[in-house]
Amino acid sequence: MIPDEILATLTLRAGFNSAVVVAGTACLGVAAGVIGSFMLLRKRAMVSDALSHATLPGIALAFLIATALGMEGRSLPVLLAGALFSGVLGVLAIQAISRFTRLPEDAAIGAVLSVFFGVGVVLLSHIQTLATGNQAGLKTFILGQTAAMNRNEAMAIAGLALAALAACVLLFKEFRLLCFDPGFAAGQGWPTVRIDLTLMGLTTLVTVIGLQTVGLILIIALLIVPPAAARFWTEKLWAMLVIAAVLGGISGWLGASLSALVPRLPAGAVIVLVAGSLFLFSFLFAPARGVVATAWRQARLRLAYAEQAALTGLLHGRPPASGGMDTWLRVRGMVRDSALTARGRDAARSSERNRRLWERFLIHYPTLVPGRANWGIDPIDRVLPRDLVLELESLPEQLSP
Amino acid sequence: MDMLFSLRSGQKPGDGPAAPASPLEVRDLTVAYNRKPVLWSVDYTAPSQGLIAIVGPNGAGKSTFVKACLGLVPSVSGSVKVYGSPLGKRRSLIGYVPQRESVDWDFPASALDVAAMGRYGMIGWCRPVGRAHREAARACLDRVGMADFADRQIGQLSGGQQQRVFLARALAQEARIYFMDEPFAGVDAATERAVIQVLRDLDSAGRTVICVHHDLQTVADYFDHVLLLNTRVVAAGPVGSTLNAETLHRTYGGRLGPADVPGVRKHVAEAGAA
Ligand SMILES: Nc1ncnc2c1ncn2[C@@H]1O[C@H](COP(=O)(O)OP(=O)(O)OP(=O)(O)O)[C@@H](O)[C@H]1O
Ligand SMILES: [Mg+2]
Repeated sequence: MIPDEILATLTLRAGFNSAVVVAGTACLGVAAGVIGSFMLLRKRAMVSDALSHATLPGIALAFLIATALGMEGRSLPVLLAGALFSGVLGVLAIQAISRFTRLPEDAAIGAVLSVFFGVGVVLLSHIQTLATGNQAGLKTFILGQTAAMNRNEAMAIAGLALAALAACVLLFKEFRLLCFDPGFAAGQGWPTVRIDLTLMGLTTLVTVIGLQTVGLILIIALLIVPPAAARFWTEKLWAMLVIAAVLGGISGWLGASLSALVPRLPAGAVIVLVAGSLFLFSFLFAPARGVVATAWRQARLRLAYAEQAALTGLLHGRPPASGGMDTWLRVRGMVRDSALTARGRDAARSSERNRRLWERFLIHYPTLVPGRANWGIDPIDRVLPRDLVLELESLPEQLSP
Repeated sequence: MDMLFSLRSGQKPGDGPAAPASPLEVRDLTVAYNRKPVLWSVDYTAPSQGLIAIVGPNGAGKSTFVKACLGLVPSVSGSVKVYGSPLGKRRSLIGYVPQRESVDWDFPASALDVAAMGRYGMIGWCRPVGRAHREAARACLDRVGMADFADRQIGQLSGGQQQRVFLARALAQEARIYFMDEPFAGVDAATERAVIQVLRDLDSAGRTVICVHHDLQTVADYFDHVLLLNTRVVAAGPVGSTLNAETLHRTYGGRLGPADVPGVRKHVAEAGAA
C-alpha cells in the first residue's frame, strides 16, 4: 500500500464516496461518545451491549419475512427496522426480568444477551441454507463493513447521528440530573421514566445506525470506550462529553479510513482498536486521573515529605531513617559525613518553619482548598499572601504533643 | 418571605375551607415491597409550625414514608396531600434531601453543580442553568458553610461536607416543605449545630421541615414534634408529650429501652418531674 493513498483517504481526498463514508462514521463516533457518556454515568453500559446483541434475530427475521413476501431481503431500512424491533424487545425483556423476579440486573442482561444472540445465529445459519443466494451481506452486520456502504447510507448515518447529538445537547441538564440522582429528579417532578426512555431511545438509534459500520458485537465499544477514556481527563461533565466526542470521532474516522483501504479488515474491529488505544493512552497518561500522572504525583509528594522529615530530624540530631534518603541529601549537597552542611542547615531551618506555618494554617483555615500548590510542601511564602503568612507567624505556639 | 406572601395572596376566595390546610396530610397510606407491607395504614397530619422528626428502628419504613410522600414509590392504598392538594400540583413546594448513600459520589460534578440542581425545577425543560441560578445556588452553599468548596469535585468532599451539599441543593429549591432523610448521618458536632441552625432558620421563615432522625439522644433537643414509626404509626405529637419510655418501647419493640439512651433518660426524667 502506498502511503500517499492512506493519506488521501484520511484527509478525505480519495473520492467523494469514501469521504462521505469516513465523515459519516466520524459523526457516528461523536454521537456515540456523547450518548455513551450518559449511559456510562447511568450505569447502563452493559444494557447497551445487550441491546446491540439483541438486534441480530431482528435482522435475520426481517430478511426472512421480506424474502417470503417477495421483497428485496437486503434492503437496509427493512433490516434496520427488524434490528430496532428486536433490540427494543431485548431491553424490555431485561427490565421485565429484573423487575418481576429477584434476579440481579447483570444476570438478566447476561441471559437476554446470550439468548437473543443465539437465536440470531441459528436464524443466520438457516438463511445460509436457503437457496436465495443473496444472504451474504447479512454477516457484515456482525463485525461491520464500510466498504459496502453507499453515499446515501453514509449521509443518513451522519444526519441521524447529528440529530441524536443535538437532542443530547438540548437535554444536557435533564440527563445530568437523571444520571446523578434519579430519586431527587423524580421528587422535583421530572418524568424520570420518560427521560430514561429518551436516553435509551437515543442509544438504540446510535446502535442501529452503527450496525452496518461497526457491527453489532463491537458497537458497545464505540458507546463505552471513548467515554470511559474521557473520564480520565476531567472531573467536569461537559468536558467529559467534549473529550468523549472527540475520541469517538477520531476512532470512527481512522477506523472507517483504514477499513476502506483494506476491505478485508472489518471496520468495527479497526474502530475498536483505535478507541482501545486511545483508552490505554488516557488510562496511562491523562493528567487528571491517569495512572502514570497519579503515581508520579504520589512519588513526588512522598519524596518531598520524606526530605522534609529527614532535614528536620537532622537539625535535631536524628540521622535519616533510610540510607536512600541519606544518599539523596548527600547528592543534593545538604549532608556531608552524616552532618548537615551549611546549605543543608539553611534548608532544614526553612523547611521546619514552612512546616510549622502550614500546620497552623491548616488548623486555622480548615475549609480552604488548594489550587495548584501542594499544601504542606511548597514554600508557604510563595503560595499564601504575605499578610496571611505574617498573621500565621504571629499566632501563639500550639500545644504540641 | 416573598414566596409566602405571593402564595397567600394568590389564594382565591372559596379555594377551600377557612382553616389553612396542613403542610402534609397522609391518610391510610400503605406501601408494600415484595408482598410485605412496609408501611401499613399510616395516618399523619403535620403541624404547620416546628421542626418534625421521624424516629424508628432500622427497616421501620422511615425512608419509605418519605419516598411515598414524594410519590417516589407506588403505594397500595392511601393519599398524600401537600397544602391541601395532591402531590402533582405541589411539586414546586417540596424540597428533598435523600440519604447520602443514594448516589454515586464519583460523578463528574462540582459542589456548585449539585447545588444548582435544586434550581432545575424552576428553570424547566431544555434551558441551560443561567447565571442568576448559579449565583442563587452559590448563596445556598454559603448558607451551609460550603462556599469555599464550590468548585471541588463532590467525590473529594468528606461525608459531612457531602451532606451539606445535599442540604444546599434542597435550599436552592426554595421549597415550602422539606423532607430530609437523615441529614445528620455521619456529621460531626460542629456540622450538626450548623445544620440544625439552618433548619431552625427555615422553621422561623415559615417552612415545614420533616427529618428522618436516628439519634434518640438529640431528638428532644433539636425537634419540636416527633412521629414514631414502625410499619405503623406508634405515636405522633409534640416531643414533650409523645417521647416517653412506653412509646419508645413500643417503637423499638423492647430492643431498646430508654435506659439505653442517656438523652432520653434525661428527657424522661425531666418530663416526670414536670
Ligand atoms: N426497593 C425495595 N425493595 C424491596 N424492599 C425494600 C426496598 N426498599 C426498602 N425495602 C424494605 O422495606 C423496609 C423499610 O425500608 P426503609 O428503607 O424504609 O427503612 P428505614 O426505616 O429508612 O431504615 P434505615 O433506618 O435503615 O434507613 C425494609 O425492611 C427494607 O428491607
Ligand atoms: Mg432510611
